[in-house]
Amino acid sequence: MRLAIVLAGVSFALNATARLYPSFKARLREKKFVAQISTRDSAKGRYFKFGDDRVVSKAGTHPKPDMEITFRTAELGFKLLTPPFNHGDFVNAMKNFNMEMSGPDDITLFFTNTISLMQTIRWKSGTKMPNGETRFVNNTNGGPLFVYVKDGKIVRMTPLDLDESDASSWEVKAQGKTFSPERKTTISPHGLASKSLVYSSKRLMYPMKRVDFDPNGERNPQNRGISGYERISWDEALDIVSGEIKRMKREHGHGAILCSHSSHHTWGNIGYYLSSMHRFMNAIGHTKMALNPDSWEGWYWGAMHHYGYSMRNGAAETYTRLEDCFEHCEMMVFWASDPETTSGSYAAFEATRRRMWAKELGIKMVHIDPYNNHTANFLGGKWIPVIPGTSPALAHAIAYVWMTEGLYDMDYVRDRTTGFAAFEAYILGTEDGVPKSPEWQAEETGVDAATVRALAREWGSKRTYLSAGGKGTTFGGANRSSTGTQWARAMVCLMAMQGLGKPGINFGNLQYCTPVDLNFYFPAYAEGGFSGDLEGTASAVQNYQRMPHLPSVNTVGQKIPRLRIPEALMDGETHGYPTNPKSIEGQFARFGYPAPGHSKVHMMYKYGGSHFGTTMESNRLAKAYRSPGLEFVVNQSIWNEGEAPFADVILPACTNFERDDIGEWAAAGGYSHHNQGQLNHRVIAMQHKCIEPLGESKSDFQIFLDLAKKLGLSAYFAEGKTELEWCQMQFLSSDLPKKISWSEFLKKGYYVVPHANEQQVPETSYKWYAEGKKKNVPEPHPLPAEYGESYLEGLQTQSGKIEFEASSLKRFDDPGRPPVNKYIPSWEGRQTTDLYTKYPLQLISPHPRYSFHTKADGKDSYLCDIEEHRVLVDGHYYWTARINRQDAEMRGIKKHHLIKLYNDRGAVVCAAIITDRIMPGVIHSYESSAEYKPIGIPGESVDIGGCVNVLTSKRHQTEKTSASAPNACLIQVEKWDFSSEIGSVAQENAS
Amino acid sequence: MNKWNLIIDIDKCHNCANCFIAAKDEYVGNEFSGYSAPQPLHGHAWIRIDEYERGTYPAVQTSFVPKMCNHCDDAPCKKVGGDAVQKRADGIVLIDPVKAKGREDIAKSCPYGAIFWNDELQIPQHWTFDAHLLDQGWKEPRCAQVCPTGAITALKTTDQDMETRAAAEDLRPINRNLQTKPRVYYKNLDSIEKCFIAGRVIHQKNNVSECFENADITLKNKEGEVVSSTQSDVYGDFRFDGLDPESGEYEIIIDAKSSGVKSVKTVLGESLHLGTISLD
Repeated sequence: MRLAIVLAGVSFALNATARLYPSFKARLREKKFVAQISTRDSAKGRYFKFGDDRVVSKAGTHPKPDMEITFRTAELGFKLLTPPFNHGDFVNAMKNFNMEMSGPDDITLFFTNTISLMQTIRWKSGTKMPNGETRFVNNTNGGPLFVYVKDGKIVRMTPLDLDESDASSWEVKAQGKTFSPERKTTISPHGLASKSLVYSSKRLMYPMKRVDFDPNGERNPQNRGISGYERISWDEALDIVSGEIKRMKREHGHGAILCSHSSHHTWGNIGYYLSSMHRFMNAIGHTKMALNPDSWEGWYWGAMHHYGYSMRNGAAETYTRLEDCFEHCEMMVFWASDPETTSGSYAAFEATRRRMWAKELGIKMVHIDPYNNHTANFLGGKWIPVIPGTSPALAHAIAYVWMTEGLYDMDYVRDRTTGFAAFEAYILGTEDGVPKSPEWQAEETGVDAATVRALAREWGSKRTYLSAGGKGTTFGGANRSSTGTQWARAMVCLMAMQGLGKPGINFGNLQYCTPVDLNFYFPAYAEGGFSGDLEGTASAVQNYQRMPHLPSVNTVGQKIPRLRIPEALMDGETHGYPTNPKSIEGQFARFGYPAPGHSKVHMMYKYGGSHFGTTMESNRLAKAYRSPGLEFVVNQSIWNEGEAPFADVILPACTNFERDDIGEWAAAGGYSHHNQGQLNHRVIAMQHKCIEPLGESKSDFQIFLDLAKKLGLSAYFAEGKTELEWCQMQFLSSDLPKKISWSEFLKKGYYVVPHANEQQVPETSYKWYAEGKKKNVPEPHPLPAEYGESYLEGLQTQSGKIEFEASSLKRFDDPGRPPVNKYIPSWEGRQTTDLYTKYPLQLISPHPRYSFHTKADGKDSYLCDIEEHRVLVDGHYYWTARINRQDAEMRGIKKHHLIKLYNDRGAVVCAAIITDRIMPGVIHSYESSAEYKPIGIPGESVDIGGCVNVLTSKRHQTEKTSASAPNACLIQVEKWDFSSEIGSVAQENAS
Repeated sequence: MNKWNLIIDIDKCHNCANCFIAAKDEYVGNEFSGYSAPQPLHGHAWIRIDEYERGTYPAVQTSFVPKMCNHCDDAPCKKVGGDAVQKRADGIVLIDPVKAKGREDIAKSCPYGAIFWNDELQIPQHWTFDAHLLDQGWKEPRCAQVCPTGAITALKTTDQDMETRAAAEDLRPINRNLQTKPRVYYKNLDSIEKCFIAGRVIHQKNNVSECFENADITLKNKEGEVVSSTQSDVYGDFRFDGLDPESGEYEIIIDAKSSGVKSVKTVLGESLHLGTISLD
């Protein structure tokens, strides 16, 4: 009886909503069908006739309903359909087959969305401004934004000015002063340029098909990257793609579909690749692209073996406190570290003021980098240029001075480390007869011995923060070189000698140090949104228990290392070493492709940004696209750039400004747990759908849902929920409801988490370790099994201490990674004399300054007009490369000349920037160009897009890693003669 | 009467380009009737950042200088433009997008290159100080709001107060010779207008090379007058800044106490690094 009442209520509510909202009334007319809800035995039920201005419903059962929802019992039906709805009850009912839905996907999805629209149609978002604009909120890789919209068009985007309704800002007292951040958020240039990305002329506005691709006839894979495209309908596009998915499974079997995706597409927990894409790809089963830890390489494959932190990919703890730095630290050594360029990660300029305060307090600064980078130039201090790839030799010589002059913390080394004798034997040369003295390293590094001694003595006698890499705790161009593992290992060894965790002695550069409240929970993107992917995301850490949703599992065990996709496609076999952060040893398990008994890949589903700019020896990828065995390529992208013009079918996605989403600023989670520690204010944003999707573009969620419909998977994929409802689910799974109502959050668009009070702020990083206490920083790793003694006692290493001689590497034979860190010269550098004679310049390609990976580069964006980024010459915006004045003069190169950077792997044309900020013999050009524009045959001609990774080696740092090494790269540079030839025409003519 | 001024601290600008982008974001594709017509997507830089690199490897310092319409009190564009150019009571100069149609002479009149010619609309255009936003109650123009370092600040005050402040903090317009009474002031202009001489001192000790710290170093001009003195740091580095470009001959006298005295002569054109000077 009670179920009957509830069902009658549904009918009443549908018609009541239609009376209030004309759009809802119109929706009721959209589809003609009969939906029925009943008990499984049909004893009780009601059916609903759609297709008119109002729904007509009757108690009882219909002889031929178009769709049906059945409940095992009337009690269950009553419980599930009575507000307030609990999605967890639905999920449990589905999992136990106590509730079932049948019918064609387009009808069931329409019905469930209509039911939920009764509620969501009342929801209001955005703040009306006096001038008729509406102020929405959104979030980007570079910070949150207010988005002002008028007449369906974005007027402007600004960082957030916080007001009195927002939580107060923290104050930190140190050195007799009080430090407090400005009452606003900062924004990176790639975030601030977002309007130009939305309205970019490079937007894909409708689905397209390559003109000479016929799924039922000639496919012409050899013409990928060459042929043009024609517009097709969404229906046709979805039919082709879903048809190919089915055909792959039918004709080739398990593993034939490869999913290749970018890591940093658009912000938002629902639309993120780890969410929608994972859920869909798991639902169809796919060969996975195995990511190498691009930004962490040396730390993951190297540093980890000395001190653990596998769950951080080998990065150090991120809990150093501002007070510790300001009260105790006397010097900061930035080594391969340019936070003013790379913004930590996602943190805009939040830490810039803090470093300015450090300078005002007189903390000395040293910058070790081949380039007088923006942090060095901005903060000043001592710049020590070092020849690329030789930093480990410099580090060993510093250790040598400390050992020979007694400038290290002997108590700490005795009590908190192991293996020092073996390290000492190597450094002092008692082992091999070669003392690793300042004189020894001078030839290698280009740093004179006197400077090394001066630096070592300063460092050995002053409490010092080592800013290793841009985050201060990891990353850095030096870790993406052939000697990257050596450098990162050396950084840990140096800090171990100085007493890591003692007052003023730590990893860091004030990037992570604020007293934001890290105990307040909101899901980070790595938790996978609604993917339910317990293996491929950090969902299991927290969100899976908090947000009821179905799990998803990729049943295909096959994977291909990202940087070996070209070999997999062209040669049909390859292998790699995994990014497996569970343990230190996880990385040793070599895997092969194809996996035993699996199909090779015959279809690629490419999602998001281009890989040309981030794949070493990029021309391989262009050639691989044209392999005959690759039968089908679909590319789902926002902009027509990079890999998109290599696809057979292109699906146009919209930006995060055109869809509903939710996400916290800088909250990465996973490998970057508590990444919000960089921020001055934690900002959780309702990422409003500010405007309708442009053209025929759709959100990634919607595209996957539309494909799911074609495959009968829509109910499983979306669980009957829209993107906006999943946003609410994320909201409800967090600590937000204790502080703000959903309706207020949705309207205002953001919430500032109040900062922590003194008692809530964790102790500074490694203090626990230095003092021999139990681990007390709030990171949920290492995993319990990784402790050798009692839980929370010691580090993850076998000894529980920092190991100068790594136990884990004793059991694994990799010639490039001996248990004691040793200097092994680069396999591509000044020491490789034959190649160096031919290609006498070293290319370094750090992460870019204005764009974020491929985000915001190209695309006809505002950034095109920033001279440091791209330069307009003869109608084309060329990527820039920095060359030392002397090197330029030798080659007759002047400012903004078009220059060809080349070696045996390829050639890239850039606009020259002449500067004394780069050391002689080194070329500096950022990686991650979004554009790849070969001017002849793709993969075999000069690129004018700016993908300098065309030039870098695909070789891994050491034999038994999958570590990329783009900063070990020799090239030659000459003025471009406008030919498409890769090699030097000038040199050939001369000879 | 309070009037708008902009103060730009050159030493705080790190070329993030946010001010440039904000002036694109605000004006590209937007028309603000009575204030401004849309800015073209490319080519115009209503706020631009000029780069000044001083020195030679490895002693090098780069400064960045945001430049925009100076909203001059004696504006050359106003003299040329007549009623197409308005000087508001709050100090802001506005070029009327309707009345200035076809007036390329207004664009050419700006000695700072801050007025851009819009080929498509046939109008001169400039950064309006975001007057349309200030008139709606915004507290500061967008370039100041997006600046992460505080290099750009907007100040609404009396001319007298501004004058006092400028004198106290050595705030100056970008090009004093032009005499147009700009309302945009710069701090630390020496960072681009003056030059430095840098060098490094080493010596041999116990048969190895060492940096020489705390050498007394004196800079004399060609008349033999002491211009400045300093000491070398732990790396043996020293630097004399604030020198006039093309100021000719200098002598650098390095007094390393018991390790001896050394003298080096140089001719200063632009900033330079003397290289490593060995006391031995």
